[in-house]
Amino acid sequence: MSEALRTVSFKIYRFNPEVDLKPFMKEYQLSIPKDKDMMLLEAIMRIKALDDTLAFRRSCREGVCGSDGMNINGRNGLACITLLSALKEPIEIRPLPGLPVIRDLIVDMSAFYAQYEKVKPYLINKDPVPAKERLQSPADRKKLDGLYECILCACCSTSCPSFWWNPEKFIGPAGLLQAYRFIVDSRDTAKSERLEALSDPFSVFRCRGVMNCVDVCPKGLNPTRAIGQIRSELLAEGG
Amino acid sequence: MVSSATSLTGNGLRDWLYQRVSALVLAVYTLFIMGFIMTRSMDYAAWVGLFHHTGVKIFSVLAALSLLVHAWVGVWTILTDYIKMASLRLSLEIVVILALLFYFIWAIIIVWSV
Ligand code: SF4
Ligand code: SF4
Ligand code: FES
Repeated sequence: MSEALRTVSFKIYRFNPEVDLKPFMKEYQLSIPKDKDMMLLEAIMRIKALDDTLAFRRSCREGVCGSDGMNINGRNGLACITLLSALKEPIEIRPLPGLPVIRDLIVDMSAFYAQYEKVKPYLINKDPVPAKERLQSPADRKKLDGLYECILCACCSTSCPSFWWNPEKFIGPAGLLQAYRFIVDSRDTAKSERLEALSDPFSVFRCRGVMNCVDVCPKGLNPTRAIGQIRSELLAEGG
Repeated sequence: MVSSATSLTGNGLRDWLYQRVSALVLAVYTLFIMGFIMTRSMDYAAWVGLFHHTGVKIFSVLAALSLLVHAWVGVWTILTDYIKMASLRLSLEIVVILALLFYFIWAIIIVWSV
């Protein structure tokens, strides 16, 4: 018995620097069961079964690891939690913008991670280590909500024009969200040093409030708000 | 910490505050002048009369200063966004600063000559 099928069309960015002179968009037609919806990642994996030269990253396939960030019909998102039925055809898939392409949908994230590293994304505490653990009140713990959930998929930073223009100087929304996550943590004692390190005209202040970051974050986080809070903290410290 | 010798104050928060305060001064000044134009019958005498007040002169110079500050922060941001070649950027920055200073001094001369 043959299943009823439908065809979904794709245009996927292809570039293999070892053989291609320049990037090009390759068209694919994928047949899937008519009554079946699926996540975009599943479709891309089916395309790879037809053309195994296609390269992309993925791991958890459930929106947790942050490895399959890509530009889907002009908007950054995670393929694994994007429903095929929600997308207009032909579905155009490109690598995350603003970062060097290693191959096809795989980008070099070094610049992104370098900015993340700059904000010292770990607790710094000069007080003596307590016998058991550093306690935090439920109210203080609550301040980390909306910050700690970031999976570093880079969808936000690579949709931010300020990050495109100054990837070595502007921390970018993802890094700044994490910067604030540690600034506001009651167990961290390095708040002043953290703020001091962000006080130049680029690291934070290159944010122009475009809010592309908020628009695309697949975890529903709000880097623009965190950036505003960092600004307020800087203001409170007296610049 | 990213160093930036050519920004107005070299400090992100201060640059940002200066731009906002100067925007406020410019907004108030614009409303003031527009209010004057719309409520008075405009002729040369009324215009000269307005600028005879020392307060108006000071306000005008303050507005010109705000324009200088505001424009420099804004143009500096645009240049550091889009001009990647350091030598070209520096040249453009110098041209813009000189032009802004020239206009500022010119504005003072005009206002005080009334
Ligand atoms: S803030 Fe959101 S979009 Fe940005 S890296 Fe974190 S999870 Fe991804
Ligand atoms: S709000 Fe700021 S960080 Fe977010 S996209 Fe806009 S400029 Fe970038
Ligand atoms: S594969 Fe892990 S987030 Fe999509």
